This record gives sequence, C-alpha cells and structure tokens, in this order.
Amino acid sequence: MLRPETEEHLAEIVRGANGPLSVRGGATRHRPGPGEALTTAGLTGITLYEPGALTLVARAGTPMAEVEAALAAEGQRLPFEPMDHRPLLGTTGEPTIGGAVALNVSGPRRVQAGACRDSLIGVRFVDGEGTLVKNGGRVMKNVTGYDLVKLMAGARGTLGILSEVSFKVLPAAATEATLRLSGLDVAEAVKAMAAGLSSPFEVTAAAHDPATGETSLRIEGLAGSVAYRAGELTRVLAPFGTAEMLEPETSTALWTDIRDARAMAGDGDVWRLSVRPSHAPDLVARAGAEAALLDWGGGLIWLRLPEGTDLRARLGGFGGHATRVRGAADVPPEAPVLAALTRGLRERFDPRGLFSPALGENA
Amino acid sequence: MEMPKIDPFTLAKKETLVERLSRVLPQDAIIHDLEETRAYECDALTAYRCPPLAAVLPRSTEQVSAVLRICHELEIPVVPRGAGTSLAGGALPTADSVILGVARLTDVLEVDYDDRIIRLQTGRTNLSVTGHVEADGFFYAPDPSSQLACAIAGNIAMNSGGAHCLKYGVTTNNLLGVTLVQMDGTVVEIGGAHMDAGGLDLLGVVCGSEGQLGLVTEATLRILPKPEGARPVLIGFDSLEVAGACVADIIKAGVLPVAIEFMDRIIIRIVEDYAKAGYPDCEALLIVEVEGSEDEIEEQLSLIEKIAQRHDPVELRRSQGEDESAKIWLGRKSAFGATGRISDYMCLDGTIPVSELPRVLAGITTLSEKYGLSVGNVFHAGDGNMHPLIMYDANKPGDLEICEEMGAEILKLCVEVGGCLTGEHGVGVEKRDLMGHQFTPADMEAQMRVKDVFDPKWLLNPAKVFPLDVTADRRA
Ligand SMILES: Cc1cc2nc3c(=O)[nH]c(=O)nc-3n(C[C@H](O)[C@H](O)[C@H](O)COP(=O)(O)OP(=O)(O)OC[C@H]3O[C@@H](n4cnc5c(N)ncnc54)[C@H](O)[C@@H]3O)c2cc1C
Repeated sequence: MLRPETEEHLAEIVRGANGPLSVRGGATRHRPGPGEALTTAGLTGITLYEPGALTLVARAGTPMAEVEAALAAEGQRLPFEPMDHRPLLGTTGEPTIGGAVALNVSGPRRVQAGACRDSLIGVRFVDGEGTLVKNGGRVMKNVTGYDLVKLMAGARGTLGILSEVSFKVLPAAATEATLRLSGLDVAEAVKAMAAGLSSPFEVTAAAHDPATGETSLRIEGLAGSVAYRAGELTRVLAPFGTAEMLEPETSTALWTDIRDARAMAGDGDVWRLSVRPSHAPDLVARAGAEAALLDWGGGLIWLRLPEGTDLRARLGGFGGHATRVRGAADVPPEAPVLAALTRGLRERFDPRGLFSPALGENA
Repeated sequence: MEMPKIDPFTLAKKETLVERLSRVLPQDAIIHDLEETRAYECDALTAYRCPPLAAVLPRSTEQVSAVLRICHELEIPVVPRGAGTSLAGGALPTADSVILGVARLTDVLEVDYDDRIIRLQTGRTNLSVTGHVEADGFFYAPDPSSQLACAIAGNIAMNSGGAHCLKYGVTTNNLLGVTLVQMDGTVVEIGGAHMDAGGLDLLGVVCGSEGQLGLVTEATLRILPKPEGARPVLIGFDSLEVAGACVADIIKAGVLPVAIEFMDRIIIRIVEDYAKAGYPDCEALLIVEVEGSEDEIEEQLSLIEKIAQRHDPVELRRSQGEDESAKIWLGRKSAFGATGRISDYMCLDGTIPVSELPRVLAGITTLSEKYGLSVGNVFHAGDGNMHPLIMYDANKPGDLEICEEMGAEILKLCVEVGGCLTGEHGVGVEKRDLMGHQFTPADMEAQMRVKDVFDPKWLLNPAKVFPLDVTADRRA
C-alpha cells in the first residue's frame, strides 16, 4: 500500500502513477475501488489551531478523533457533527478528517450550522497530474478566486487527493436538551419538525424514527437559554402532543445514534436520500422500506431495503437525490447537462483517469 | 489599469448584433445608443468607466438564453450585471462587450415556510427578500451594507457577506439552488430545495465565480426564522491591540455573538459627525451584538461584559432599546457613505487571521505615513475581514495611483500574515493583478480549468479575476 508522508511525496506518486489509484483515508467509509491502494493515513497532524480565531488546519489523514479531542480541550467542536460510518458499514479503522471532507459528511446539526462544506475554509490537494493546488486558506471569509474548496468537498476524491483541510470551528454548547414527541406518523412528524425549525428557538437537530414513532428536536446553548427555549418550544409543539424533555446525557447519546444511523442496523441495502423536507412523507411511503429514519427535519432520509431492491424505480422522479451507502455502489444519476459539466471537470482535473474511474468508489 | 485590447471586428458586428437581438427581445430591452449605454459604463468602482457595445435587459430565463446564444455565435463578450454596486469593478464593461442586466428579473416564484426556502429571480434586491418574508417572521441572513441596492444576482456572483455572517455565514451558506444559463445558451438547474449536492458541488463553485461561469437567473435561498430580539453593546478601548485581544477572548469564551464590528478613531469621528450614533471618542470601538429573548440577551451580554471588563474598556454601554440599537447600527452601516461625504476613498477588504490584527493595523499605520494618505479602519472583527478606507483626492493628479499602490501594499500584507486579498467584495478588475501574490500559477490554472468547462470560449466577463497575461491564451 502506498503511504506518502509528505505532500511532495504524494505528488510524486501521482505523477509517476501509470494506472488507477485506489485512494483511502481510514477506509471506514470506503468501497475499495480498482487500482493500486494509496492511503492518506501517513499525512497526519494538526498543523494549526487557533481557538481565538475559530480556525483549525489539519493534514488530510489526521484521525477524526484527534481533531475532535484537540477541539474539545478548548471547549470547541466541528460544527457539522460528522457521522461515524463504522457502525453502519461494519468497517474498522480510524475515520480521517480528509475522508469526511471527501464525502461532505454532515450530521444532525446540518439544519442549523451547515454541512461539512460550509465549515471548510481551505484545501490543499494533488490533482491528477500530480500538481499541488491550494484554494481558500485559514480565514473564514475569502472570496479570492473561485471556490474550489466547495468543489472538493463531496467530490469523493474524483478531482484530486486532499492533503490538508482547514475549518471554521465553533464553541461547543454549554449544555443541550431534547424535546421528544411520541406517536406521530411521518407526515405529522415532518410538520412538527417544521414548526420547531421555523420557530425562533434555534433547533439544532430534528429527527423522526418511524419504528418508534418518536420525534426529537434538540436545542443547545447556555443553560438559562436552553431552559427558556425548551419551555417555548414545548408550547410550539403542543398541537402535536406533549413533549417530554430528555436530559443532556440522554440527549447526547440519542443524537450520536441518529448521526450514525443506528436505526439501519441489520442486513440489506442502506440508502441515503437528500430531499425537500416536505416531500419526505410521500417518498418514505413510496419506498416501502424495512426501516426508515428521518433527519434534518425530513431533508435527510435513511432507508433499509432488501439487498438489490430497485429503489429508484419505486421512488420515480423527485427533487433531490439518492445514494446507496451500504450494498452495491449506486450514485445519483445526473441530468445530461450536469453530467457534461461533471465529466468536463473530471477530465481536466484528472486527465489520465487515475481517481475512481467509477464515481463513488473512493472516499 | 489595463483592459484587453478592443477588437475592431467585434465593434463592427454591432449592427448585426442589434438586429439579431431585436428578434428575441422587445425594443425597450435593448440599449445601444452611445449616450444611453453610458448608464452602464461602471459599477461602484467609479474610477474606471467604459460604455459597452450594448446593454440588454431581458425578462425571463428564455430571453437570457436567447441573448447568450446570439452573443456566443457572434463571439461577443458578455458582462453580467445585477445592480452595479460591485466595489471591485466586477460589472465594468469593455467597449466590445454586451452588458446583460437582470434588473427586470424581479419575481418571487415560491415561498415555503415549512421548507424554509424562497425561490426568486435574481434581479431582486437583497433587502427585498427579507421584505417579502418578514411579516411572517422570517429573514434572509446575508446582509451586505449595500443591501438596499444590490441584487441577489451580484450577491451570488460575489459570494457577498455582511455584518451578521459570523453566525449566519455568507451567501454560499444560504444558497440552495440556481438556474444558470451557460454562455452557449444552455440552461442548467443546479441544486434545489434539498440540502446537499448529489454529485460535484457545482453550486459551491458557481457562487463567487464573479459572473464568469454563467448567468444566474433564478435562485433558491434559505430563509430563517427571525430571532426574538437582538441587542448590541458598545465597548470602547484606548488601544487597538487591547480591542483585538478582547475580540479573541469573547470568541474563546464560548458565546458566539452574531456580529463583532470594529472601528478605529478616524472612522468613529467621521461616523459620529454624520450619524450621531453616540459613539465614544476612543482609539477602538467594538459593536458586539447578540440575539434571543430578553433573558437570553441578558445571559450572553453579561458574559461578554465580564470579559470586556478584564480589558479595562474606556466605555461599556449596552443599548437600552430598539431606537438606540438602530442608531448604533446606522452608524456602522453608514461608515462608507459618511467617509464618502468628506473624501474620495478606496475600500479594501482583505481578510486576516484575527490573531494578526495588531500587526496588520500597525502595518497599515506605517504605510499610511509612508504614502501620506489617511486610512480609516472599519471591519468585521469576528471573522478578520478588514475594510481599510484609504482617503485620497480624485482631483489631484497622481493621488489615485498612490492610493492604489498603497492599497496593494496593504493587501500583500494581509496575504503575508496568512489571509487573503478579498473577503467579500471579490477580485473583479481591482485585485486581478494581485492574484499572483496569493496563488501559484498552478493554483490559478486549477481555477481557470473550471471556466474552461463552463465557458470554453472565455466570453463571459473574461477580463476579470485572473491577471490578463495569465488568461491571454485562453481569451485569444
Ligand atoms: C456602499 C457599499 C457597501 C457595500 N457593502 C458590502 C458588504 O457589506 N458586503 C459585501 O459583500 N459587499 C458589499 N458591497 C459590494 C457589493 O454591493 C456586492 O458585491 C454586491 O453583491 C454586488 O451586487 P450587484 O447586484 O450590485 O452586482 P453587480 O455590481 O452588478 O455585479 C457584481 C458581479 O456579479 C456579476 N453578476 C451580476 N449579475 C449576475 C448574474 N445574473 N449572473 C452571474 N453573474 C452576475 C457581475 O458580472 C459582477 O462580476 C458594498 C458596496 C457598496 C457600494
């Protein structure tokens, strides 16, 4: 396995490559693709962390745990609450910060604090010609030139191999609480979540588990503020039932489970849908899944189906997209004009087709 | 400043162009009389002017597409224009280009409070978006000081920011989808009402591409519930360094204000004369704003005030009510306008790591003395986005050049300490020739590849963003 320990070495390897490279970070979210294995696990270390400027820069192979520990020591965190894919995929190994960026992995707090790509403020990467490219930087407001930072986030390694990533981080919340409603169907739950998210009480997560009928909304912040908003939000949710309040520890555990899609445990394919929240009830009904989980107020749907189910046929057209995360690789098809742009970009950033000949195979 | 040589062949196509345009647009949407095209000769970077070959004001995506197809066939460059408030010359035409303005594309197409989105045509002004949803308790977060005039089109092209982006992010963080018309007339739908990209994040690269990748005619924006209340506190210091240290301490303490604005003595005095905001006369003034209910505001402000006390402020004053808050913000938001009343000025917007504030402010003072031009500083301190206003006399021969040279030195300093040339105004023509200080040729090449894909002939706003010598082959 190729294991560069410097950016220069990484660039040299890519320049010298004469066939596809199967790039991986910690391989926890990874479907081994064809080609020679290359890991970024040797590119590690937090290169800059300034709590007073809310900025952290780390090499792409730095374990997520190391980044999160460094932030926690200063009472800060990654705003986007990245998912750990290991429980879902049954993988082992260490998730890396670069892997999270390559897949734009964003957890429940997406609804309030934005996605991984929204926190990402800089990248360094090696393109398919083995050239080192930097974009963005370490400051949180930067419009100098095109925003390739966003383009690299979620590109699944198809445009280049990330060597370093920079983030805007946030203070961790002093405390949190979750309000839980019971017995709602999917349509009612989506309405309840919308009511919460449309209130001024800053809901930082909203999820619904159809199996248990539980709908959960989280609030975070200073203690006094959380107590106040819990009261107000209970009133907002009253038309949907009496909300029960979960204490901080139970709340934290609950959202870790939701973040990691624990409800998808078991056998079969797992799909991830990104949809317009109000379309969720209809899509869940059409999918006829064995298990479902709604996050992001309904904007993110996890579905578990028997292996090989043709979910796309069941769903038909909808404004959004579906990716099979567990099971045979299946990434969203693009409209022809979009596909042409994607192809054009891949041809220019990776003219020799070294990175993931089939989109979605490397991350 | 250098602009590409005017192509006489293109000028000679004017008659054909106007004739073909009149087949797809009503007469009142085509402006080609020289006197009338002068209305489009510049944006808010008024030092540079040049009337375009023609200007067109279509009313629909179909018309935009038809216009672009014609210009593409005739190989005539097109410069997109929103409201023309760019401070970077982003909407500055060349004599052989067509200005394509979206000023007549102002419809709201859909509002959905459950999904918290608004879909609209991009000619609408920024403030009118909030205006449209405010009565129902919502707002559109990015709030550039120019929000009364600037269009969503320009906001998307420049990835504009505002005073409240420490908490809410900039345009790109509040944009969910666009309808983009490519130079050859192809209409592309990117994103939508869902929250992330299925494939490459093309929306992310279109936002901030300064009108070089396509014409954005429609957009889906995220709207947010309005907070219950907001209140600023004024904190004055007798030293810039101490004010900078206080900013870092507030951020480290775990309260995240929605805004931390910074003004130095020069700006405080200019603004106070104009807006009578009740600012104290001191070396550095912070406006720190928090949001929430009365109790939440109290909780956050007492924490912030406790931190501020440790730095011996010369003034610490909480706004007592809405009128006072409005006045405090009026002062800040009129800083550019108030400066403009007393002097010509050039506004820079380099961003720096917050920790480098003292060093950069000291560097600016040194440069100000060296070049003999006065500089006022007013900026978004929470995110390090500086706005040095260099004052000069446009009627004094050579003063603009001195000002530009000094501006370039300040921006180079921003890059040197780990920052960037522009935090929210964009590169345009203004900072085009400084790009080489921030980027290697390979960095720029990677960016230009994106344009190669979207606009292979390099006809859309081609003279912007990248140094002309770097793009010469592509534009040929
Ligand atoms: C007093 C003042 C205060 C300001 N304050 C701020 C501030 O606080 N924050 C901030 O970020 N900016 C600020 N600005 C700068 C300016 O207002 C922003 O850059 C704004 O977004 C420009 O919008 P516009 O509609 O006027 O765009 P224009 O000036 O018309 O054009 C700007 C760029 O967008 C491109 N463009 C326009 N329409 C389209 C389209 N439909 N499709 C593709 N590209 C297009 C143009 O080609 C050009 O490159 C300020 C400007 C002034 C004059």
